[in-house]
Amino acid sequence: MTDTAIEAADLALAYGRRREPALRDCSFRLAAGRVCAVVGPNGAGKSTLLALAAGLLRPTSGRLAVLGAAPAEVRARIAYVAQDKPLYPRFTVAETLRLGAELNPDRWDAALAARVVADGELDPGARVRSLSGGQRTRVALALALGKRAELLLLDEPMADLDPLARHQLMGTLMAEAAEHGTTVVMSSHIVGELAETCDHLLLVSGGRVRLGGGIDDLVNAHALVTGARPLTDLAAHTVVESHATGRGLTALVRPEGPLLLDSGWGVEEPSLEELLLAHLRSPDAPPLLTPGANPADRTAVAA
Amino acid sequence: MVEYRIDRRSGVATYLQIVQQTQQALRLGLLEPGDKLPTAREVVEATAINPNTVLKAYRELEREGLVEARRGLGTFVRRSLGSAPADSPLHGELLEWAARARTEGLDRDDVAALFTAVLEEKFPQASSGARQQPVPQHGTPTEGDPA
Repeated sequence: MTDTAIEAADLALAYGRRREPALRDCSFRLAAGRVCAVVGPNGAGKSTLLALAAGLLRPTSGRLAVLGAAPAEVRARIAYVAQDKPLYPRFTVAETLRLGAELNPDRWDAALAARVVADGELDPGARVRSLSGGQRTRVALALALGKRAELLLLDEPMADLDPLARHQLMGTLMAEAAEHGTTVVMSSHIVGELAETCDHLLLVSGGRVRLGGGIDDLVNAHALVTGARPLTDLAAHTVVESHATGRGLTALVRPEGPLLLDSGWGVEEPSLEELLLAHLRSPDAPPLLTPGANPADRTAVAA
Repeated sequence: MVEYRIDRRSGVATYLQIVQQTQQALRLGLLEPGDKLPTAREVVEATAINPNTVLKAYRELEREGLVEARRGLGTFVRRSLGSAPADSPLHGELLEWAARARTEGLDRDDVAALFTAVLEEKFPQASSGARQQPVPQHGTPTEGDPA
């Protein structure tokens, strides 16, 4: 057993020798049992990162360990749902679940898979090709959950679900995480829904990991300051983003040590959304990995 | 079994909503000593929030001495809140006080303001209510303490 679900060191992937790498210099660690959001704009490298973790792509350079081994060696313990939810269109829902059972003989949870499908009132006899996008997502998630994997890799799992289905399936996912300590990694560009469900975050943009760590730790590492004061007041700290507001300015800063500002400044805790947007607007802001999310900090942790 | 209602737009941290709703259930008598709180699994299945949020809330309730975790069994209520039942002398005195306030011409808002002022003076809260004051240790010994 390992306490680490995913560990990447200087990971890079280029889809062609002449093309810009889709991912580069990716180093991070995700502890087992976390529910991790992978967020970032379109084309940021989120899907590439998930496909690498699923062992479907081989890195161009760097190292990647999943559940303590090479991704391809632990496929039986991973479930991966790709963004386009690939299923056999001519299979019925029941046949698709039977496929899940046949392919995962030692770990298949037929009752759970059947319940996920039944919650959506899907006809077991319906062919996959006749289903709507959201219904297909439900079947794909039923397969992934039925596998009882230790690590669930879900690429945009909620994008085409209606609000009720989203709430229901998120509830099922969270229940699995609570009961079995399943590690869940899901990508999204919808920040709102992630704040409640995820406890860990990877912000990917431009092929790099910009922020990595526990959501509370990442939020606490930043402050939103407002004041009718010059920017030079903040020189001791990392300013992620600043802009003028009225006579003064608003800035998202990463305090280096205690934030000792004079009374002209108001200091607030940023919301997760403010934190992410500020980093996306400022591609040059230095990346931040909180302790525990940084592979370099692992020396003290017994493997 | 209590059910938690998570308001995503309230601005109150989710774990704190669970803490406050549990305290409210204790005050209203919806939960009594010995009652079991829902498991983290049950809460997250119904609310689709992160399991660690529930555990954080339960740890906070435990720190306040309101609940206790029994290994392998669940989380149970240790004591109730608002230990002044309706028939206590305090209740009667407050009734008399309210009647006197009315005869002296105070209206509902005046009484509420007066009461809140005294409440703030005698039971001050930490700034912005982000953290409840710890339960005073010098009060009556906790009832329902499993011996």
